[in-house]
Amino acid sequence: MADEVTVTEEVVKDVAELAQLKVAEGDLEVLTAGMKTILELAEQMQSVDTTGVNPVSNPLDATQRLRADEVTESDQHELYQSVAPETEDGLYLVPRVVE
Amino acid sequence: MSAQWETVIGLEIHVQLSTDSKIFSGASTAFGAQPNTQASAVDLGLPGVLPVVNEAVFPKAVSFGLAIGADIGQRSCFDRKNYFYPDLPKGYQITQMDEPIVMGGSVDINLKDGSTKTIRITRAHLEEDAGKSLHEDFHGMTGIDLNRAGTPLLEIVSEPDMRSAEEAVAYARTIHQLVTYLSVSDGNMAEGSLRCDANVSLRKRGEETYGTRTETKNVNSFRFLEQAIKHEITRQREILESGGRVAQETRLYDPDKNETRPMRSKETATDYRYFPEPDLLPVTIDEAFINRVRDRMPELPGQKKQRYTEMWQLSDEDAGLISSDLGLATYFEECVSATDDPTLSANWVRGDLLAALNRAELAIEESPVSAENLGQIIRRIKDGTISGKIAKTVFAGLWEGKASSADEYIEVEGLIQVSDSDALEPVIDKIIADNPKQVEQYQAGKTKLLGFFVGQIMKETGGKANPQQVNDLVKSKLD
Repeated sequence: MADEVTVTEEVVKDVAELAQLKVAEGDLEVLTAGMKTILELAEQMQSVDTTGVNPVSNPLDATQRLRADEVTESDQHELYQSVAPETEDGLYLVPRVVE
Repeated sequence: MSAQWETVIGLEIHVQLSTDSKIFSGASTAFGAQPNTQASAVDLGLPGVLPVVNEAVFPKAVSFGLAIGADIGQRSCFDRKNYFYPDLPKGYQITQMDEPIVMGGSVDINLKDGSTKTIRITRAHLEEDAGKSLHEDFHGMTGIDLNRAGTPLLEIVSEPDMRSAEEAVAYARTIHQLVTYLSVSDGNMAEGSLRCDANVSLRKRGEETYGTRTETKNVNSFRFLEQAIKHEITRQREILESGGRVAQETRLYDPDKNETRPMRSKETATDYRYFPEPDLLPVTIDEAFINRVRDRMPELPGQKKQRYTEMWQLSDEDAGLISSDLGLATYFEECVSATDDPTLSANWVRGDLLAALNRAELAIEESPVSAENLGQIIRRIKDGTISGKIAKTVFAGLWEGKASSADEYIEVEGLIQVSDSDALEPVIDKIIADNPKQVEQYQAGKTKLLGFFVGQIMKETGGKANPQQVNDLVKSKLD
């Protein structure tokens, strides 16, 4: 079944980095304990026998409504860019990311 | 490739679907608009927006699935793939993980030695494209254009069944051909409508397990794909032969330097933390829907090729070449219906027409000579109005736009073949009178000289004489 993950402060730091969250050193202990509790709950659920039960991708007994392939949106980039910190030549400017 | 190593290649091909609007919003997908003028609130990932699925993506994905003999998921579900990058403003890409629309299937690729090979396809799933990052200098910042964000993609994942760069290119071409035939995509590679990620690894020949692979991202031409893979094979072989280990990483191909180099990873770890997209319900694709798509599917390249060889007796090579491109095949078929002569049509299409298109670097859709006009040229050859040689002049004239139809050009330029023996005889008599020596030799048994006389007469008439008739007339006069 699920891989046995030991939640350490290192694991919490990694997860925080993936989620781009800044975690203060002082909060690590309580967050680590919290994550352990969550995983224990998940483990408890893993132990339920689900033989013959189809996975539920969505709890609602409904299917997605679809839209016709039509262009319904007009150009509003000036409105959208009015709240952007920085723009130039119609582009949003962000701190440099280099590949 | 040295005998010691075997290359293993799998491709992920991202195909932009040819819809008018995006997969989850009503913004336009048209290429080349001013930056961000086609990025709606949904594409920008503004708070509170919800995706609404474009119905047009499903028949396209299903027709691709049917064409490769895949299973079509009766329930198609969307998932979130989470990563942080500025051209993905939501912080996640909506894609399909556990229940993709297309599962399994395969395509046959044709190799240069004339053999075919089956490449298995793992899956194909629907997802949204990301925006574009422009790393040119904006005072040390990066510019983001989100027009492309939300463009519908079909990501086609192959099994690691290819063993050389050539096979990988043949496979990519086959997929390109298929998606353009099916109108799934416009297939315009210069505009990024089909982009390949190549997974390449080496292993010792005879070994069962795969070596460590690298993924070369976002290659958008067949030539670059071949070069990138070849470069990657050499690079990995050198590492392995010097006793090193290939690092599993994502690399970028730089066509200017013809090399691949590692990309700075988007994440410290490649954990995309997939989970079901809570904003979208499963989409049901029932048997009736699949059947409707199946009924509307066009004839595929392989089927066309077979029809051309069996029904129209074209050579394998001609049939393969003409059926390889939908535009060319359509042109050819129009030509055949105008002339009722598949052989002559094929000769002209793959001969003079393709040569002229290549010279002018034009696509078949841009040909100055329409199928109707080429058909008329061929009809005039068949009914004896013009000779094959004059036909080339007519073709060139129409190509240069000197007339609007073959008949008009033939008439205006006075190119009608002279089949009237009363008109030909004086010319023949003149040539015979002018060349007494050759006449003597001919009559002494050097009958090969017949060609000389016919040639002179053709020249004298500006190529307008009917060669067969001239032949007969000269013979009757000299024998």
